Amino acid sequence: MSLLNVCQLSIRYGNVAAVDELSFAIDRGESVGLVGESGSGKTQTALALLGLLPATAAISGSIKFDGEEFVGASERAFDKLRATRVSIVFQDPMQALNPYLRIGEQLRRILIAHNIATGREADGRVLETLKAVGLPDARRQSGAYPHQLSGGMRQRAMIASALITNPDLLIADEPTTALDVTVQAQILELLDTIRQDTALLLITHDLGVIAGHCDRMLVLENGCLVESGATPQVFGTPKCAHTVSLLEAAPRLKQNVAPQPVSGEALLSVDGASVSYREPGYGRLHAVKGVDLTLKKGETVAIVGESGSGKSSLVRALLGLVPAEAGALSFCGETLSREVRSRPQQTRRELQLIFQDPAGSLNPQMRVSDIVVEPLTVHEPSLDRRDRRERVIGILEQVDLGAEFLERFPHELSGGQAQRVAIARALIVEPKVLVCDEAVAALDGTVREQILRLLQDIQRRTGLSILFISHDLGVVSSISHRVLVMYLGRLVEIADGGTVFNAPKHPYTRALIDAVPLPDPEAGIARSSLSGEVPSILSPPTGCAFHPRCDFAETRCTTDLPAPTVIGATTVCCHRATEIDLQL
Amino acid sequence: MSAAIRLFRRTRRNRAVSVSGGILVVIAVLAVVLPFVSQNNYLDTDFDHILKAPGFVGMHWFGTDDLGRDLFVRTMMGIHVTLLVAIVASIVSLVIGVFYGALAGYIGGRVDAVMMRFVDALYAMPFIFFVILLMVVFERNFLLIFVAIGAINWLDMARIVRGQTLSLREREFVEAARLNGVSTARIILRHIAPNLIGVVIVYVTLTIPQAILVESFLSFLGLGIQEPQTSLGALVNAGVNQMESAPWMLLIPGGLLALILMCFNFLGDGLRDLFDARQHG
Amino acid sequence: MAQYVLKRLLGAIPTLLLVIVLSFLLVHAAPGGPFDEERVLPDVVAANIEAYYHLDESLPKQFVRYLSGVLQGDFGPSYRYRDYTVSDLIARAFPLSIRLGVMAMIVGVVIGVGVGTLAALKQNSVADRIAMGFAMSGISIPIFVVAPILVLLFAVKLNWLPAGWSGSSGAARMLLPVIALALPQIAYISRLTRASMIDVLGSGFIRTARAQGLGTYAIVRYHAMRPAMLPVLSYMGPAIAAVLTGSVVVEKIFGIPGLGRFFVDGALNRDYTLVLGIVIFYAALIVLLNLIVDILYGVIDPRVRYR
Repeated sequence: MSLLNVCQLSIRYGNVAAVDELSFAIDRGESVGLVGESGSGKTQTALALLGLLPATAAISGSIKFDGEEFVGASERAFDKLRATRVSIVFQDPMQALNPYLRIGEQLRRILIAHNIATGREADGRVLETLKAVGLPDARRQSGAYPHQLSGGMRQRAMIASALITNPDLLIADEPTTALDVTVQAQILELLDTIRQDTALLLITHDLGVIAGHCDRMLVLENGCLVESGATPQVFGTPKCAHTVSLLEAAPRLKQNVAPQPVSGEALLSVDGASVSYREPGYGRLHAVKGVDLTLKKGETVAIVGESGSGKSSLVRALLGLVPAEAGALSFCGETLSREVRSRPQQTRRELQLIFQDPAGSLNPQMRVSDIVVEPLTVHEPSLDRRDRRERVIGILEQVDLGAEFLERFPHELSGGQAQRVAIARALIVEPKVLVCDEAVAALDGTVREQILRLLQDIQRRTGLSILFISHDLGVVSSISHRVLVMYLGRLVEIADGGTVFNAPKHPYTRALIDAVPLPDPEAGIARSSLSGEVPSILSPPTGCAFHPRCDFAETRCTTDLPAPTVIGATTVCCHRATEIDLQL
Repeated sequence: MSAAIRLFRRTRRNRAVSVSGGILVVIAVLAVVLPFVSQNNYLDTDFDHILKAPGFVGMHWFGTDDLGRDLFVRTMMGIHVTLLVAIVASIVSLVIGVFYGALAGYIGGRVDAVMMRFVDALYAMPFIFFVILLMVVFERNFLLIFVAIGAINWLDMARIVRGQTLSLREREFVEAARLNGVSTARIILRHIAPNLIGVVIVYVTLTIPQAILVESFLSFLGLGIQEPQTSLGALVNAGVNQMESAPWMLLIPGGLLALILMCFNFLGDGLRDLFDARQHG
Repeated sequence: MAQYVLKRLLGAIPTLLLVIVLSFLLVHAAPGGPFDEERVLPDVVAANIEAYYHLDESLPKQFVRYLSGVLQGDFGPSYRYRDYTVSDLIARAFPLSIRLGVMAMIVGVVIGVGVGTLAALKQNSVADRIAMGFAMSGISIPIFVVAPILVLLFAVKLNWLPAGWSGSSGAARMLLPVIALALPQIAYISRLTRASMIDVLGSGFIRTARAQGLGTYAIVRYHAMRPAMLPVLSYMGPAIAAVLTGSVVVEKIFGIPGLGRFFVDGALNRDYTLVLGIVIFYAALIVLLNLIVDILYGVIDPRVRYR
């Protein structure tokens, strides 16, 4: 008998079906992946398994654990089920953990609630579990509050809380989405090793994650199961159109999709930029230290790094939104002022920006037409109403939005549509450079693809230069002519797109590449497992900031800052770049 | 303007808002119109008919007080004065609070920190007592009542507006506007102000009852509005003195005062629900 | 934590000083002097009285004299009750007012939090709507309307409880004043608690606690209560100010010889030193209690303690 048997499960809210006649089974010890985009019903299913859906949800069908029916079961029955037989790990540990209680306390409460252990025995079990999830200093972390731990440690604590009761099934709902890329790989590996004979239901939108960690997989679209089967089969011979489009949207690093390098003069150049902030109570925070960057016409340069890398600060300094304390900025041969306010109008028009959160970048009180026209009113005030309207309609057409969008408000737009509006606003003044700050991070896979294609399209037609910031190498692999990797405020490597992905020269770059889960079941589990996490920017390591996590570190790496070395088409900052071979 | 119309349509759907709003409008209108219907006025004393219970004799619908004055007209006047003082005082505190808060929130940094420290210090003080002190020292000047109420109420508004302005300032659409060189005035006008209106309206409907309470409290103690004018608070005070022999003198103005306050509170609650829904959906 | 407390303490001192300065200036800015209402005195006598009360000195000098007195607990003589100093009067009236106030606060918090929590747990049920209906009435009906009605109902008409203070003794005479004082707080605190609890119960970590199989009691007791109490705790500062204000009314209506009564009488009689002294006393009380509230806030919310 299967551990879990779901039969014709439907979850409706009024007339809307979040989940429609879903059927699947999970056997003891196996790992099953549940994949789909947002709104596909993945989280709803998970909540239904634990009886956590709101009272407004109408549930029909059958959910059986070891033959016991749970649709329509009482709260008490569910309480007995939860934690002891089924546990869940949520996406964002900062939201999922109680910020007012110490970690150890939260774990102890679970043991007490289920009469598993109390007092000394409970303490012991808590420490044991925390050690098992890889928290090095279990005693100290047990007494800590969630905000005192880093993101990765918090998620480990969350996993500890889920596994401390030895459940039969562990549900992980997007367990790595809120974490840095290199930490994601660690957490996924942890889930594999620690669960032992606990079955795993891994919910994610990322096919690469499924490929490396699940025996079987289920694909959901709009609440319906459209495909299921053993992972290699589904990847090898997908039967459903949706699955195919998901596979196409997944990152593929191995293939040479990176565009050829662009030649020509540098349009924008940054020389030795440094940015720092004064954080009250913490002192001076050096976000960017001595970074050089150039951008040519019609070129896309990606700036890649994890949290604390300084990529956002770098571009904001470039745009003049944040004062750089050092560095020469020049655009089209002219020096750029460090303060956006003192730049000439003509220059300001040429450098535009789009943000990560599409809805947040649009004023909720303004209509689309007003939002898009605003830059025009500043830069071309002589235009009359009719001309302005024509320009707005024109630019909306370019981003594939019809005239019916003119009167809409931001809350009436989907994520993809909102981002298109933001792009329209940025491009209506025909800039030379577009900076994209994690512009697709908040979008679903297929929508992400569309936006990236749109940007490439516009670049081909107009010769637009793009500066693309991302924490995810997979995203930028198909569009970047050149890639710049940053770590803790410093430049680590710059190279052509193709070179960076096939022949990285810096250990960190290699680790980033390894950390991207590839949608290829043959590739095996993430090769890396870079240990540790990004150190705090307030107390960076001496010498090369990467040395504590580097497999190749030597003594000089702990004391001396590596200078940029040129090897072929790559500039890299590593003492041992010429000695080590990181080829994939 | 269209924003206001959209808002109005939405409010009609919320029952709390429409019912309480409706009642308030009715009360205000009646308070203005009805006294013209009665043959009495608020001044005339009639020593033949003192402390009469409510009835139809001599059109003393609410009865008379200890000086034989008609309570109906006096109560209507009381409503006038109470509402008038409250609204004017609230407008004063709104204007002060919004400017102060928006300025602090938009400038940010040191200036903001200092400005808010000042607000925090004032918040900790026992204001009513100061006000009473003021009233006593400066001989119960009617104008002072407004000043007093305004001085107490602007703090809350300032805090709320400052908070909203701060978070708005950091929003990406403001950054996008700044990048393009949109003038500060235009940013405040088109980007920040429209997003503040919601919060301001909700808080105004909550500061008005506060103002009413302060004025009534002062009048109750004999420090507010002076004879022969009256407000609901003063009427309640008179009512307490005659509580045992003429309970209607206490119950009618007291009841009306409670009704008005309740309507404003429901209105504020309803509006707040409306705006929360808007922010998140 | 110690740093946090110290910062708060240092912040409280300028506030207090500000209060003292402002009040002092206010009182001395009044047109006319404290003795104007009495019969007109011959100049010599008037001059003597002025000298006795140091009213002939310059304002800054008077202030310094006053301040040093205050720091030693001496608020000066009462201008009305000539045989007593202000400190005497405050010392007499204070214990009574404090007892009333403390009891009202305790009743208010205990019942308010209890009702609010239950209402939140049974959101939108009949019981919830009834409770919140009462709460809404409670905050809408001013205390100076509620108190007399209570007296009218329970003392005059039903004769269950005594209406006055001096004519009775013991617990019975405390009951109505405490209830009158507590009712607005019960109303406000229950609404506040309900809203706060509903908010907390919607958080991510409560969902986690439910997923961990904790029952309702355990969730409320160990996970929800602490954060839900934060807004209530923040309200304690204004709550105390509200109780102090309310006590003025309650003491007047029930004829209780507490600080509130002395304050109003002093205000009406132009007994400036008394009024000044009581204002400063109240301010110090409020500042002290706000300090305690701030410290408690730090105890509950660790993010405030550890930056």
